[in-house]
Amino acid sequence: MVTEIAPAVAPPPVARHGGRPHLLRVILKDRIGAVGVVIVVVMTLAAVFAPVLAPYDPTAMSSQRLAPPSGTFLLGADEAGRDLLSRALYGARTSLTVSLIVVFCAGVIGVVLGLLAGFYRGVLDGVITPAMDVLFSFPTLLLALAVVAARGPGTENLILALVIVFIPSFARIVRGTALSVSKEPYVESGHAIGLSHARIIFKYVLPNSVAPIAVQFTTSLAYAILIEASLGYLGLGVQPPQPSWGSMLSSGKAFMELSLWPSLVPGICIMITVLGFNLLGDTFRDALDPRLRGRSGR
Amino acid sequence: MLRVMLIRLVSVVPVLLGISIISFFVIRMIPGDVISSIMGENFGDPQVEAEMRRYFGLDMPMHSQFLHWFGGLLQGDLGTSMRSGQPVLTEIMDRFPATLLLAVSALVVSVLISIPFAVVSAVKRNGILDAGSRLTSLIGLSLPNFWLGILLVYVFSVSLGWLPSQGWGDGEGGFADLRYLILPAVTLGASLAAISMRMTRSSLLEVLNQDYVRTARAKGLAEAVVVTRHALRNSLIPVVTVLGIQAGALLGGTVVVEQVFSWPGLGTMVIRGISQRDYPVVQGTLLFLALFYVVVNLLVDLIYVYLDPRLRSGH
Repeated sequence: MVTEIAPAVAPPPVARHGGRPHLLRVILKDRIGAVGVVIVVVMTLAAVFAPVLAPYDPTAMSSQRLAPPSGTFLLGADEAGRDLLSRALYGARTSLTVSLIVVFCAGVIGVVLGLLAGFYRGVLDGVITPAMDVLFSFPTLLLALAVVAARGPGTENLILALVIVFIPSFARIVRGTALSVSKEPYVESGHAIGLSHARIIFKYVLPNSVAPIAVQFTTSLAYAILIEASLGYLGLGVQPPQPSWGSMLSSGKAFMELSLWPSLVPGICIMITVLGFNLLGDTFRDALDPRLRGRSGR
Repeated sequence: MLRVMLIRLVSVVPVLLGISIISFFVIRMIPGDVISSIMGENFGDPQVEAEMRRYFGLDMPMHSQFLHWFGGLLQGDLGTSMRSGQPVLTEIMDRFPATLLLAVSALVVSVLISIPFAVVSAVKRNGILDAGSRLTSLIGLSLPNFWLGILLVYVFSVSLGWLPSQGWGDGEGGFADLRYLILPAVTLGASLAAISMRMTRSSLLEVLNQDYVRTARAKGLAEAVVVTRHALRNSLIPVVTVLGIQAGALLGGTVVVEQVFSWPGLGTMVIRGISQRDYPVVQGTLLFLALFYVVVNLLVDLIYVYLDPRLRSGH
């Protein structure tokens, strides 16, 4: 994200009474953050308990094609008479699983690459950083498209594509903090008293990167859900009959003149989930790093 | 200033090289290889296979394949479409104007929406309007643009019948009239507006705290003049950068939005290429879009240097 604008005003002094207040408490105190937490928790529960919550098998067809919401189908049925509520619940499962796997893998790989480049510098930095810059210079969706185009549509390739897309931003952030932290006197003294590199990394470098990594993690999740949906809409993501919000929207659009429900339900799900992660990300940013406060535009 | 610009120009070279290497390997990443996936049912005739392998240059070792391909690239040769038999570059140039038209219109829409809202939001900070436009932009940031497109089609085409829902006119490949452009441009522009509104607002808030704004107020200038002449102008510098970064979202966005509206641009072309396994088309179009993105960013950086005199010295 674009936060590289130099702060024009000095950061307000932060009152600290006995260390950092508990993160969750800070987030929940912010009303907007609390809304974000609620949305994320509800959506996660929906995804985890989809098999219990869904009234029907998400792939079971019926004769009630494009039925409006009723006692039988609470949110209506799609063009094959499948229950939209059940499909939306399983769609949450698909979307959140894919996004979590992607952001987690990209995060781990990105952090390692960023540490190697920023802490050891030298040749490693000379190789990793330009490579990340090149990946960065591809528009996100196009890069994902390129990978999917080459490997073919499908869940594994989708995950692979998205991991590649999300690595550079993590690597960049961690490299930045690693570079600045390794110049600090306390790292120097760590070297002087003979601490191992691993120890310095885990004790000094990583803790300093936690805040930006956490923010990046949350906003990446929001973005990953959007890209997953886009690729699903284009028919290049998770393949049918497994329900995904993006592909539900693309078949919904085809029957829009007959019933709007198949186009409404998945879209609302995507919007609410992404909104939840965005709210959480913004609040995270403010809570973890007071210097960034007010710069997110919120 | 010239030196700064030259350095920036040179820095593009490795990126361009990297992009072409990635594009080259896109085809080589295909499981199995291109030939077996194109041949489909004819697979198994070794003579045909060898013939095709030679035709696509796949019988050469990897490095000479790359050099061959790269050499062609430098001469503007992006290969030939496997379906239409036309040079890929010709097909791209046929469709690029449509994509460019859509992207530029979306940019205009987004500026028209975002700047007024950002100004109101920042000037009346924490008021009802501010809260409202911030919430709207956050929602805009969270809804997938193709879904917005679908909803707009439902309202303005299916229900009201005011605007066409797809294509761009007479079917002869000509652009019929502006009505075809409205929905796609608004769809793409709205999501862009959400981001630029947030950026402009926060950058304006920062500028409004500056000493020179206080001075302008102190010497008795009207508030409107202070905001438009002194604050907004200076706050637009970071916004220009955001627009450059947005160019990527714009190009990616066109791919999806074009699909929603069957807009005859590069986006629909690349998706059709993927589904038809027309690899040269996919490779060429992605490469072209990535290059375009790099060039746009380069231009944005140069504009940036021009707008902000502090950057001309090279810091």
